[in-house]
Amino acid sequence: MSAPFDFTLALGDDALIAAQRLGEWTSRAPEMEEDVALANIALDQLGAARLLLTYAGELEGAGRDEDALAYLRGDREFRNCLLVELPNGDFAVTMAKLFFLAAYQLPLYSALAGCGDERLAAIGAKARKESAYHLDHASLWVRRLGDGTEESHRRMQAAVDQVWPYVHELFTAAPGAPVDPATLRADFDAHVSAVLAEATLTRPADGWAPGGGRDGVHNEHLSYLLAEMQVLHRAHPGAKW
Amino acid sequence: MSKEQTPLWEVFVRARRGLSHTHVGSLHAPDAELALRNARDLYTRRQEGVSIWVVPASAITASSPDEKDAFFDPAADKVYRHPTFYEVPDGVAHL
Amino acid sequence: MYGNDFAPPEEGPGGGLLGEVEAAEAALREAAARARRGGPAPDEDLEAYFADVIDADQKIEPRDWMPEAYRKTLIRQIAQHAHSEIIGMQPEGNWISRAPSLKRKAILLAKVQDEAGHGLYLYAAAETLGVSRDELVELLIEGRQKYSSIFNYPTLTWADVGAIGWLVDGAAIVNQVPLCRCSYGPYARAMIRVCKEESFHQRQGYEILHTLAHGTPEQKAMAQDAVDRWWYPSLAMFGPPDGDSTHSAQSMAWKIKRFSNDELRQRFVDMCVQQAEILGLTIPDPGLRWNEERQAYDYTQPDYDELTRVIKGDGPCNRQRMAHRRGAHEEGAWVREAAAAHAAKRAEKNKEKVAA
Repeated sequence: MSAPFDFTLALGDDALIAAQRLGEWTSRAPEMEEDVALANIALDQLGAARLLLTYAGELEGAGRDEDALAYLRGDREFRNCLLVELPNGDFAVTMAKLFFLAAYQLPLYSALAGCGDERLAAIGAKARKESAYHLDHASLWVRRLGDGTEESHRRMQAAVDQVWPYVHELFTAAPGAPVDPATLRADFDAHVSAVLAEATLTRPADGWAPGGGRDGVHNEHLSYLLAEMQVLHRAHPGAKW
Repeated sequence: MSKEQTPLWEVFVRARRGLSHTHVGSLHAPDAELALRNARDLYTRRQEGVSIWVVPASAITASSPDEKDAFFDPAADKVYRHPTFYEVPDGVAHL
Repeated sequence: MYGNDFAPPEEGPGGGLLGEVEAAEAALREAAARARRGGPAPDEDLEAYFADVIDADQKIEPRDWMPEAYRKTLIRQIAQHAHSEIIGMQPEGNWISRAPSLKRKAILLAKVQDEAGHGLYLYAAAETLGVSRDELVELLIEGRQKYSSIFNYPTLTWADVGAIGWLVDGAAIVNQVPLCRCSYGPYARAMIRVCKEESFHQRQGYEILHTLAHGTPEQKAMAQDAVDRWWYPSLAMFGPPDGDSTHSAQSMAWKIKRFSNDELRQRFVDMCVQQAEILGLTIPDPGLRWNEERQAYDYTQPDYDELTRVIKGDGPCNRQRMAHRRGAHEEGAWVREAAAAHAAKRAEKNKEKVAA
């Protein structure tokens, strides 16, 4: 994902798929206040996705806009990381996913805000504030669930264990990209370790590190997600909405 | 599920610099940190504020419209009065 | 959003809409600025004091004395309204994942989020009357309190999202705007906030239908089909005809309700006719025609027997909506318990720190 188009597309796909998954929580959150919060985060991710995909389309120069990229690509053409496409699971799994994603997106967007590409820098400057909030929100819940009841501790630890293998893909080196993700790992580790410790949770050992999302080789889940997301748009080729 | 109520918080928002904080409503949260977060999401979704206070409703003591009189519910000395004593007997429909 | 199609009917009014909301807000400030009366004198009759405040168009506030029936009426009404917002998230939420463009997805997500927010404002207003949100949520989940019947109809196509915005939100606004002048302060203030935020809901629905009606033949057919299915249920949102309306007179006297069900329904029909023309869609009522004498449209009444059936639980989606809400509540229990346990642990630690 070193070329500006690939890089921008990957970030846009991460945000879009994360938004799609978070949107699935609507009217299902554990508390009504949390329903509002999850929708806020979904809206932030969707907003970032739209900016990034629009810009990716411009970089590509083939006339594809945000909707063409979102609705008319198959799963093999999506470049999101595997982490965001994992099913929501219970609230602990969703918080684990959000926690790791935000702990990656915050330093990523912060670095992007200082990069040489003006458009990407502007997107980074906007999105990093939102990511800081997402990270804060997810950290808050990881602490509460980790250090809450016996059941919540068990579920939160299981969620961290389940999602952890998927974080490694986020930091695959991409020298020459507007921001090389490999340079973000130290920030990520520092924040994650601190919160997990506070939450009385154990950081899993590194081992299995699935990847392939950046090359369009995904989990089985993504194709279903896209089938649902794209069904109406694809049923009416060329229609305006 | 535990029967204990999640505490109630009163929310005050400073809409713009130069204005004082104004009561905008209330919400439930188990602790202050979440209360503040929820208040941000709930009461400032449209950038209505520059500063938020959350105050446990149970920490507010209020005067009565007429201090001397007993007709204000004597048990209620909280401003916004959200007690839980209002038992709904079983079988009552559409209370 | 909110209608008047619960069990026993109650609320509704409406008009120049957003302008009326602003006017209600101004009236609220004026009422507050007028020579205020304090509490009643020690020997004053409380009923008379209460009537006096209502007559003067002053607001009743939480710590004021109020007749028990007034309190109960308000609790029921505000709770039903809050439940409607929360259940109302489901039919539209059904299309968030499949919204046909990213812009539409964002708008719909924001709209459904607003509904959660409005439910919360309203629960907060109800709580000022001495009932807890947990109790109200229990009453909803046990089926002992109602929500607007309109949400027991399914959203089968994307055009239904448009029809809900135009017709259902439109009817709700007609119902809600007069509530901004309700005699109970916290409810009036919550409604002002809700109505202001909702001003975009109806417009986005109208825009969806307008786009579809001017799109491909398939899209236009989808839009007409949605209007065909949502028209009469929307008319039913105003509740039974005035002759059968049970609580209206007392609610009018208390200035909780300010217009009758039929007045509001007529206002809604009159608003919709021209809007439908601009859409290029047909209101599915062969009896719809202008009545010069009444200066209003004659129209066919909705099927009130159907309304009664849906209220009693036999609408197409009653069971589904309730199961969904109950499921979310029950599946979230462990999270709420964890948050409470965490807060208790922290409070304990702080105490120890203070003691040490």
